[in-house]
Parts: sequence; structure tokens; C-alpha cells
Amino acid sequence: MKIAVCVKQVPDSWAEKKMGSDGLLDRAGVDAVLNDLDEYAVEEALKIVEANSPTNEAGEGSGHTITVISMGPERASEAVRKALSMGADDAIVITDPALVGSDALATSAVLAAAIRDGGYDLVICGTESTDARMSVVPAMLAERLGFAQLTFAGSVMVNGATISIARQTEFGVEQMSAPLPVVLSVVEKINEPRYPSFKGIMAAKKKIIAIKTLSDIGVSVQSAWSGVKDSAVRPPRGAGIKIVDEGDGGKKLVAFLQERRIV
Amino acid sequence: MSAVLILVDHVGGVVPRSVGELATFGKRIGEVTAVICSSQSAALIPQLSSFAINTVIVCDGVEFEKYSVGATAQGLSQVVAKVNPTAVLITSSARGKEIAGRLAVRCDSGLITDAIDIDSTLTATQSVFGGSTTVHSLVGHGTPIVTLRSNSIEVEVGSGTPTVENFSVTFDGADKAVVTSVEPAVKGGRPELTEASIVVSGGRGTDGNFAPVEELADILGAAVGASRAATDAGWYPHSHQVGQTGKTVSPQLYVASGISGAIQHRAGMQTSKTIVAINKDPEAPIFDVADFGVVGDLFAVLPQASAALKEIQ
Ligand SMILES: Cc1cc2nc3c(=O)[nH]c(=O)nc-3n(C[C@H](O)[C@H](O)[C@H](O)COP(=O)(O)OP(=O)(O)OC[C@H]3O[C@@H](n4cnc5c(N)ncnc54)[C@H](O)[C@@H]3O)c2cc1C
Ligand SMILES: Nc1ncnc2c1ncn2[C@@H]1O[C@H](COP(=O)(O)O)[C@@H](O)[C@H]1O
Repeated sequence: MKIAVCVKQVPDSWAEKKMGSDGLLDRAGVDAVLNDLDEYAVEEALKIVEANSPTNEAGEGSGHTITVISMGPERASEAVRKALSMGADDAIVITDPALVGSDALATSAVLAAAIRDGGYDLVICGTESTDARMSVVPAMLAERLGFAQLTFAGSVMVNGATISIARQTEFGVEQMSAPLPVVLSVVEKINEPRYPSFKGIMAAKKKIIAIKTLSDIGVSVQSAWSGVKDSAVRPPRGAGIKIVDEGDGGKKLVAFLQERRIV
Repeated sequence: MSAVLILVDHVGGVVPRSVGELATFGKRIGEVTAVICSSQSAALIPQLSSFAINTVIVCDGVEFEKYSVGATAQGLSQVVAKVNPTAVLITSSARGKEIAGRLAVRCDSGLITDAIDIDSTLTATQSVFGGSTTVHSLVGHGTPIVTLRSNSIEVEVGSGTPTVENFSVTFDGADKAVVTSVEPAVKGGRPELTEASIVVSGGRGTDGNFAPVEELADILGAAVGASRAATDAGWYPHSHQVGQTGKTVSPQLYVASGISGAIQHRAGMQTSKTIVAINKDPEAPIFDVADFGVVGDLFAVLPQASAALKEIQ
């Protein structure tokens, strides 16, 4: 199986984020990391390969490959390197000045082109990028590629060329299945991502990260179909009241709710 | 006046309140046309009569239940091609956003997700970065597709029964993912998390005993939420998880008990109008966003609050 895992580099969740004057997220001042929800996608790819390899060793001779694909600035290679140190085989980073300010439509168009190019039969994504928080790129990829969409998977079963999942959303759990090729997205409850081992980190240094521009993958897209008109920082919440319970904490809580006319 | 399409999604044959919200937003923009993509339309249509809806377009077919997201996006895109609406409004659920995403690709149209407001100029308002920033966005290409968070607007009651039209969808088998069985999220007697005006949540601090959390919730007519630590431990179903990988709630009042306030939890509740926290640890980060914090044991504070509320009711 040829597996592609889509990962994004995002600002650290703990970092304070703000909008730049250009209406885009100001990425310069914050640490960039591998989107933590994408680590589950990498882990699931590794597990699928391990479970379906005669040697039970990731990679080597199994006939399965895992390619990490990311679209973003050149420094996205740092995040990609982490996925490689977990055990993925190689990577593609698509970077181009024309992609600055890309929205999900542009991102999915570019990723789809790279995926089509590589002839993958399974694409694995996280459910959400922690900066954009749209949860739409996997569905868009399925639409663009004409692959079956198996998203929000809480568990995955591979049976030959058929994939079955338990889809977990606010509506409940749906059992779904589809023949390859498939776009899969996994929720964070599906597995426990491994920490890169020392050996993995050393091996990743030698793995190939192909840096490609838009013309390399033969696409031209507009960067965005929608845009920010203006943004404003909300006044921070005024410092709240904090009391220590001295046997009347519950009563004081209710008095506060009455004062606010909530009850 | 031109049409604005709203998608009627349903949970087990029940139309949620959020559809009424879409109609209320839609009325600002144009004639509200509700689209049903389902084999259960007969049960759904009567439920729409109380909303501000002018027309209902029914796309009937078992394919919608069988192929889920892909089929619905396909049906909707054919309705868009026929009606040429000013905008398409969809509820910001996981499923709603995925339908919107595929529709955007099909119609080569811009998409804005998780809006909390939209005006007659189609300017959408979003609250980002944990509620710290308000953003106004516009779609610049194609038919604007906007998903709206539930609990964003008071539902307006409609006048008169909508006209019903049938529309026949041609399925091209684009998505081969088949739904083989469905286990709907268990609905208790309590309000839905994303629709409730009060949410009382419990975390690891409950140590698995949600009784005081539920008691307070019931007195307040509130929904019960949980942190990931609580859902991971199996103390509460995943469908009640609040946070980045759970639901985003924005109620009038959010009560966090025994929850530390990790960034991933705050991502799902930080825009609540009033936040109350009960935690033993005075240093817990939840106090940074709380309007009223009690440093104390939830097993003492919650029952006392419940008792005091019973007295004043
Ligand atoms: C990719 C990813 C996604 C995540 N998504 C989510 C998400 O969607 N939602 C979410 O909630 N978390 C999420 N998390 C987990 C998050 O980081 C925290 O681990 C989690 O929110 C902690 O839950 P908690 O506050 O209940 O537990 P803890 O952090 O253990 O806090 C328990 C708190 O209870 C207090 N306490 C203990 N006993 C009592 C008592 N008797 N009375 C009062 N207070 C008491 C303690 O002082 C402590 O502050 C995610 C994490 C990751 C990595
Ligand atoms: N720029 C990107 N490069 C690679 N993968 C991405 C990118 N953006 C989003 N994805 C994938 O799509 C998932 C959902 O992202 P989003 O729709 O932005 O919330 C992520 O978890 C990634 O797997």
C-alpha cells in the first residue's frame, strides 16, 4: 500500500496568537510545531503498515510506504522531520510564495495534486489543524480526488483493499466502510502516538524531504476563495472574583449568579 | 428577492433548533429555502413549519443515509446549480462542515466555517483564538457557503406554511463510503450541549462521581459537559466532551468543576458569557478565565449551591 499522511505545521497551542495587519495569522513570533492531531495520523499509518507486514517491522521490505506531505513555508520541514523520526519513509513539502494566505480550498487543491502525482491509495489526515480549526481539508481531498471519505475515525480496520471505520461525531457512532482509494481522518482517541526514538531521530536525518513548488507539481491555484475584512482583539475578560471556600462557597456562588441575574 | 439555501440536517428524524437559527439568519439575506436531503422527509417537513422558511426543496433518496456526507454535498450542489442562491447556510457540526467543504469544491465557491453571525451584506463574524479575537470575513468567489455555530441567535418564529417542491438528484457515485450501521448519541432528558444556555461540566476532579454535577445541572436546566480526562476514563460519553476535540459551547453560563483548564479544554468553552470554576488548586489555569472562582472541594461546593438554588426556586 502507498500511504500518504498529510501533516501541517502550526503555531504552538500554548502560544498567544494574534492577527497581523494583513489579515493573516501572525506566525513570525510564535514557535511552530507539528499539529498535534496529525501525530495520530502518522501513528495510525505506522500501525497499519506494522499490522500488514509479514516481518512486522515498519517499512523495510513490507511493500508499504509512508510519505508525509505538507504544504506550508519551507520551515514546515521541521515539523515533517518529526513525522519522519516517528518512522515515516520520506516526505514532500510544497512551498511557494503564491501560497501565502491559502485557505482550505487552495490547500486541498495543492495537496490533491501532490497525492494524484504520487499514486497513493490511502491518505491519512488529522481531524483538525489547531490553527485553522476547520476540519474540512480531508473531506475536500476526498471530493477532489474522487476517493472514498472515511473521516473522524475512532477505530480503523484494514481488510485487504477494504477499510472499515467507526466514525465518531456529535451525532453518535457510524460504522462505515469503503474500497481503496480512501481518505481517512483519525480522531485523537484512536491511538497513542509514539515518541521518536534516538534511532528514529538519527534515521530521519537521512530521509529525503523533497521540496516542491507549485510548478513542480503542475498546479496553479488562487490562494483564497474568501478573506478577512477586518479583525479586532476583544477586550480581555476583566479579572474575575476568586474566593476560598470557608464553608459557604456554594452559597456565595449562588449569590453571584443572582447578582448577574442568571438565576 | 433571491433565495438563500439552508440545509436541514437531522438527528434520527428530529430537526434540531439550529435549523431555526439558520432560517433566522437566512431571512436577513433573502427568501429562505430549506433543503432536505433525506429519505425521511415526510417526518421532517412538518417540523419546519414553525421556522421562518418560505420554501422547502425535498431531495428524496436512501442514498443520503447510505453515503452520508458525499451524497448530501452532491444533492445540495445540484440544487445550488438550479436555484443559483445568494448564499448557502449550514450548521457548524462536524458533518455540516464536511458537507460544506465538499460543496465548496463542487461549486468552486468560497467557504467560511464556524461563523457566529452573518449580516445582509454576507459579512460573516467569527470568534477565533479562543475568543480573544473577532474577525469579519467575506467570500470573494462563487456562491458564499457559510457554516454557523448553533446557539448564536434567538430563533424567529415563521408565519405560514412553506411551499414544498420536489427535486430529483442524479447520483454519480462520487463517494463510495457506505454507512453500514448507526448508533445515535444517547439522548438523555437534558438539553443538547451545544444548544443549552447553561452547561455544568465535570473533570478528573469528580473522580468518576458525576452525581453532584448532574444534580446542579438539573436544577439549572443545564446540559452536562465533561473534560477529556473524564471522557477518556469512561465516566461520561465522548459526545459530552467539551474542547478542541470535543464540542464548542458558548452558553450564558459555564460551570467547570474539577477541571484544570488546559488550553484544549478552554478552546471549547472560552467564549461562554459567564464562567464559574470550582477547583481545589488555587493555581489551576481555569481561574484565569473564570468570572467567579471558588477554591474548594467540588463535593462540598456543588451540593451546597444546589441546595441554595432549590431554596430560592
Ligand atoms: C490532541 C489533544 C486534544 C485534546 N482535546 C481535549 C478536549 O477536547 N477537551 C478537553 O477537556 N481536553 C482535551 N485534551 C486534554 C487536555 O490537555 C487535558 O488533559 C484535560 O482537559 C484535563 O482534564 P481535567 O481538567 O478534567 O483533568 P486535570 O487536568 O487532571 O484536572 C483536574 C482538576 O481537578 C481538580 N480537583 C481534583 N479534585 C477536586 C475536588 N474534589 N474538588 C475540586 N477540584 C478538584 C484538580 O485541582 C485539577 O485542577 C486534549 C489533549 C490533546 C493532547
Ligand atoms: N497545509 C497543510 N498541509 C498538509 N496537511 C494539511 C494542511 N492543512 C490541513 N491538512 C490536513 O487536514 C487536516 C484537517 O485540517 P483543517 O481542515 O485545516 O482543520 C489536518 O489535520 C491535516 O492532516
